Amino acid sequence: MTVSLAQFLIVAAILFTLGVAGVILNRKNIIVVLMSVELILLSVNLNLVAFSAFLSDLTGQIFALFILTVAAAEAAIGLAILVAYYRNRGSIAVDDINMMKG
Amino acid sequence: MSHLSAALAHCLPELILAAGVLVLVLLGAVRGKESDGLVTEIAAGLLGAAILVILLGGKTNAIVFDGAFINDGFGRFMKVLTLAGSLVTLVMSRDFLAAEKIDKFEFPILILLSTLGMLILISAAGLIALYLGLELMSLALYVLAAFHRDNIRASEAGLKYFVLGALSSGMLLYGASLLYGFAGTVSFAGIAETINGKASLGVVFGLVFLMVGLAFKMSAVPFHMWTPDVYEGAPTPVTAFFITAVKMAAVAITLRVILTAFPGIAPQWRQIVIFLSILSMVLGSFAAIGQANIKRLMAYSTIGHVGFALVGLAAGGEAGVAGVLAYMAIYLVMTLGTFAGILSMRVNGAGVENISDLSGLARTDGVMAFFFAMMMFSLAGVPPLAGFFAKWYVFNAAIQSGLYPLAVIGVLSSVVAAFYYLRVVKVMYFDEPAPAFDRPAPAPRIVLAVSGILVVFLFAYPGLFIDATMAAARSLF
Repeated sequence: MTVSLAQFLIVAAILFTLGVAGVILNRKNIIVVLMSVELILLSVNLNLVAFSAFLSDLTGQIFALFILTVAAAEAAIGLAILVAYYRNRGSIAVDDINMMKG
Repeated sequence: MSHLSAALAHCLPELILAAGVLVLVLLGAVRGKESDGLVTEIAAGLLGAAILVILLGGKTNAIVFDGAFINDGFGRFMKVLTLAGSLVTLVMSRDFLAAEKIDKFEFPILILLSTLGMLILISAAGLIALYLGLELMSLALYVLAAFHRDNIRASEAGLKYFVLGALSSGMLLYGASLLYGFAGTVSFAGIAETINGKASLGVVFGLVFLMVGLAFKMSAVPFHMWTPDVYEGAPTPVTAFFITAVKMAAVAITLRVILTAFPGIAPQWRQIVIFLSILSMVLGSFAAIGQANIKRLMAYSTIGHVGFALVGLAAGGEAGVAGVLAYMAIYLVMTLGTFAGILSMRVNGAGVENISDLSGLARTDGVMAFFFAMMMFSLAGVPPLAGFFAKWYVFNAAIQSGLYPLAVIGVLSSVVAAFYYLRVVKVMYFDEPAPAFDRPAPAPRIVLAVSGILVVFLFAYPGLFIDATMAAARSLF
């Protein structure tokens, strides 16, 4: 049995939706937000690799490699900012990020 | 080899910044804590050198690096604006950072890295280059927003900016992946060729997600919710950097993507742009009225101004794009001047940022009050100051394209916006004096005066300026 392009796209779309929902709905912990962001990026990678295979074109896989690299850098910076924030506030709950309101 | 050197010649400004930043990191690491002044001076020199290379260098247009990087008149125009914004912000920020005791050598390095990202972003001719430029810019900006790391508001601003910025990058990437899949290529020219008038559903979805990501970076409504908090919490020089250089790059790449990748489906993207534009103009005008913090006021003001600039994009065509370019150039001058004023707001060595702290400034520091009032009048769009011409160009383009409702809404919301700008002037000239500000540092003072002069005298020599914007706009079509 072969997997069709549509099936790949549906899985990626579900992962993407889960990631966005995780960022928006989560009220407890910022680490979960970071994980959701990773989920979004991985769904994009799945999309790109599937398209690349079905188009017989390497560009998509190269794009996916770039995204993996940048995602690593992004996670490092995110955690660093999170540590700086935790030192000041003593909490990483999403509900506590409310010093400024607008 | 000559092929490679010809390609490298087209990205000379980027090479200068990239090589310079590596040297500066080493210099900072070797010399340690005392290297801040030297690193800042060299960084300013590099930014200045990049501007000179663009202004004096070759004016040939080319697409190099296998269709990833484009060097054209539009890119050069926006790069000069971006570099000028970075340079002036960097020069103004020295005294502020020293007073807040955050004058570390990482600051100029992060500014340089972020500016390098913006230059790549402006010159991107494909989705991969767009993503890499955007991330290089954003990753440095997240750190800059949290640069005052012992300050709870700054670190909260950095955290908020990071979470929402990462989310928006994810949206943009999802759109990019759909575009790649349904158009079969990542280059803007290739996408335009494939679409050719009729868009498949996949391409339209890709366009929408891409626009969401770009609207986040431009802080257009309804993707603006991070803007006031981040701009208020970040250190003031960083806020100035966000509002000047970053805004230039974000608007530039939006124009480039829409006009070079999607010229065939103008009705589809025009709806989105008009929607973003109207919401931004209205919210920017009304939400700013109740603000007490001047940085927060400027955040809502920038949301409104992005809306005005998008009016020109909605109008489309060379006149519309030239209008946007003129708008961004004038906006750059006005905001640099305004932030030079805000950076001078210090009482007894501590920074203050409430509008009430400006009370009676006309009596305690008449010169600063005069120039600051000039900036406020210009941001409000009072003729004959430059801000009026900026709005006139974009609304004129909108009317010529038959977008009458958009132009009317724009004019009405700029009338509402005038209220809060003029309130600042009223506070400075008619209220009882608050404690006088400390003697301001020379750099912000000079920037404020120069911007004031530019804003007042633009109407005397508009010809040269308009020709430059027209020439830059032409290279996109």
